[in-house]
Amino acid sequence: MNRERALPRTVVVLAVVGSLAVALPVLGMLADVPWSRLPAVLSSDTALDALRLSLVSSLSATALATVLGVPLALLLARGDFPGRSVVRGLVLLPLVLPPVVAGTALLAVLGRRGLLGGPLERATGLVLPFSTAGVVIATTFVAMPFLVITVEGALRQLDPRHEDAAATLGAGPWTILRRITLPTIRPALVAGLALTWARALGEFGATITFAGSLQGRTRTLPLAVFVALEGDRDLAIALSLVLVAVSLAVIVGLRDRWWTS
Amino acid sequence: MSIGTSLLLFLTLVGCTGPAPPGLRVSAAASLSEAVQDMAVAHEQATGVAVEVNLGGSATLVEQVLRGAPVDVLLTADEATMQRAVDEGAVDTPVPFARNRMVLAWPADGPSRTVEDLGDRDLLVGLCAPAVPCGANARAALAEVGVRPAPDTEDADVRTLLARLATGELDVGVVYATDLEATDGDVVGRALPGATTTLLAGTVTGAAATDAADFIDLLRSPTGVAILRDHGFEALEEAP
Repeated sequence: MNRERALPRTVVVLAVVGSLAVALPVLGMLADVPWSRLPAVLSSDTALDALRLSLVSSLSATALATVLGVPLALLLARGDFPGRSVVRGLVLLPLVLPPVVAGTALLAVLGRRGLLGGPLERATGLVLPFSTAGVVIATTFVAMPFLVITVEGALRQLDPRHEDAAATLGAGPWTILRRITLPTIRPALVAGLALTWARALGEFGATITFAGSLQGRTRTLPLAVFVALEGDRDLAIALSLVLVAVSLAVIVGLRDRWWTS
Repeated sequence: MSIGTSLLLFLTLVGCTGPAPPGLRVSAAASLSEAVQDMAVAHEQATGVAVEVNLGGSATLVEQVLRGAPVDVLLTADEATMQRAVDEGAVDTPVPFARNRMVLAWPADGPSRTVEDLGDRDLLVGLCAPAVPCGANARAALAEVGVRPAPDTEDADVRTLLARLATGELDVGVVYATDLEATDGDVVGRALPGATTTLLAGTVTGAAATDAADFIDLLRSPTGVAILRDHGFEALEEAP
């Protein structure tokens, strides 16, 4: 109570305005949800295609981000090489980069006229833009830094004595990593995975720029919301509700990590 | 700082500074991107009233108006989309002011394409989404010539589609004739038979009516007709 009384009223008023600014749009959307038609709307072909595609592409992107991102975090936290901070900066860039720029950058490299995309198409006939693989690539690009930054932070705070002890007892680097390091940072790893998956699920800008928008192939939930706004508002709101519910679940699931009360 | 001062500061930051005149707010279909900018300049020169332009897919623009977005004049790329605004009572008696044609389009440095190519699964084909005028018109035109398109992307506005053609990511698509003018020759094309669409202008209910009427008059004045023709539209005053 004392701490509350010490706050100037201006601060309290601004804080209330701030919380309303975030909460009102979401609550307002709930008022628009076509509750009675919800099951029918969410079981339409358009909705099911988007749900299925979003699930597949966000989980694939999370898996890809794990396979590449955990080693990257280990290297950034433990490796001692010149230019490490430059590498970290570049790897974390997608955290703050506008996603549409990320999509444009991907086109410059993997597009049909891109640095690698052109030779790839000529050699194998494989075209990444406008494909589900393209969605996974765009999504991984944007979401992986969340995993890297979370895991690297945990690795830096890790007490090295257990690993040292294991090494003294003759354990090899792979055994130490598998038996000591990864189990110790498990909470951070789980949090990183959840954040990465949530970011992957919500990805819009890089996906629509790099992969286009086609039902069943590249039109994930956020893209389906965007297209549905043009003609089927009930569908847009229903799909938005799914995304809000999942985001909320992730935040509640991670509450111990963020709300250390 | 008092609460009043801080609230005022907050409102200034979010841009609600009270009754300052915002000028005329025009929402225009993406295909009008360049033409409406020229119209805005002409309107400001003629009347002294500044014009704020909001661009987007026609269906999005109508949705914004129906949701209470502050708009004075609505310019849609076809009649069906405008009709939705009329049905909901948001626009009264819109007027046609121009015509546009759909064209088969492909990157200028790629091979020349035919309408049949739109159904070729080995090519990367782009159309607008069926809910927006350019998508609805393209599908209607293709149905007439009996081509079943196999699109690889269905975009929410024509300019996104145009950009994909201009960068060579797509092999072939259907856009407006006027869009070709906007690409500096990066995208070329040929007319699709019978695919004509009429652009409509309407004053939004509750708008600054006089200014809105001035703007709509401008669209059909000699100045407006010249601007529209300059951007590849068929201005309706010119029609036989």
